[in-house]
Amino acid sequence: MSFVTRGFRGRRRQDAPVDRVPPGQYVTADFPVLSAGPTPRISQEEWAFNVTDRDGSERSWTWAEFMELPSESITVDIHCVTKWSKLETVWRGVSLDVLLSGLDTSSGYAQAYSYGGYTTNLPVVDLTGGKAWIAHSYDGRPLAPEHGGPARLLVPHLYFWKSAKWVRGIVLSDEDRPGFWESYGYHNYGDPWREQRYSGD
Amino acid sequence: MAGAAVQRRLTWLVAEVVDLIEETATVRTVVFEVPGWAGHLPGQHVDVRLTAEDGYRAQRSYSISAPEEGTRVEITVERVEDGEVSPFLVEDLLVGDRIELRGPIGGYFVWEPGRDGPVQLIGGGAGVAPLMAMVRARAAAGTAEPMALLYSARSESDIVYRAELDAIAKASDGIEVTYILTRSWPPGWDGFTKRVDREILEEVAIPPHLDPTVFVCGPTGFVETVASILVDSGHRPDRIRTERFGPTGEP
Repeated sequence: MSFVTRGFRGRRRQDAPVDRVPPGQYVTADFPVLSAGPTPRISQEEWAFNVTDRDGSERSWTWAEFMELPSESITVDIHCVTKWSKLETVWRGVSLDVLLSGLDTSSGYAQAYSYGGYTTNLPVVDLTGGKAWIAHSYDGRPLAPEHGGPARLLVPHLYFWKSAKWVRGIVLSDEDRPGFWESYGYHNYGDPWREQRYSGD
Repeated sequence: MAGAAVQRRLTWLVAEVVDLIEETATVRTVVFEVPGWAGHLPGQHVDVRLTAEDGYRAQRSYSISAPEEGTRVEITVERVEDGEVSPFLVEDLLVGDRIELRGPIGGYFVWEPGRDGPVQLIGGGAGVAPLMAMVRARAAAGTAEPMALLYSARSESDIVYRAELDAIAKASDGIEVTYILTRSWPPGWDGFTKRVDREILEEVAIPPHLDPTVFVCGPTGFVETVASILVDSGHRPDRIRTERFGPTGEP
């Protein structure tokens, strides 16, 4: 493209390999907080996580039961639609492969819902195959409330609004229902490498 | 949650700088003329894209600080130490220069005149920008809903839009403006002189029993503090809408 802004040179940040930073993103060392409302304060005692299958059947874990499940260490790059990317973030969490085991995950859609009312949607196949977790720790510590604690969804291959904070459950469905930001013009899928920020991108 | 954004494609538009307003030592308002702009609601933001001669690009998001007015779009930018884009916008950009932008973006942190009920706006630093679009819209429309702005700045000289806010508060029925200065204040200053806390919010914010919609915008720590106090004071969490500027200082 021939468009140029006079006088702009920019600061090419060479501290990150180009193939790690999606188009339009910049690398930050901080961990910015972005939420649409107040941070819900959910104790581990009241926390529970539910999975609802297509037929309405449910499975549910208390915090103690959830923490008995096998946790993995996860080191991933994360990309926020507000343009920042953070490389090599270190989490611990339970794979969705564990939480959805035995269910038909070959097709359909998932809606994640959170304490506080937030929702987001994504294809079920984006939750399985070692691509998504319910994370309970960040950087060696219990996940802080402003970052989604007690636990959040972690789907690092999509823009970070898909990684629902304060997650309390996932509903599987044959129907794709737009979540909170998806209803306000953000992209339905949100692949950072295809720069799918907004509807129509 | 009425008013969900229309699902349409947001294309990059060429925006020409038509005015620059030096608001404070570190804050500047940039007014663009944007052919093809489709309009926006107070509280929405734009993505700005700068392209260097060698093709290098940088993108950032900025809140729009004035209500819809044809194809004019204005943003208010605070220069961030060590920032990549904001120092260029605040120090180097000239009238006649062109950048690219697209929007409007965001449909939740918005307000427009005629919506039911009182509105409490709470801004910290440059976080006042999207709230100013709401204040200006309310003042221009002359509608009846009460609106109160609580605005925290470091010092008197850091208050953006001071003269206009004072004039609006004086001239408009039902719009109140309260300042908080957190670091320094002039002799004789009779406003608050500390960081926002429960005492201030319970004294001047529209109380929970009037069920105001509350918009809070500012740095993360400010927003976390204010939103927590509001919930503890009895405001319904789903009536509190927040916009946070991360610790990176951008956007």
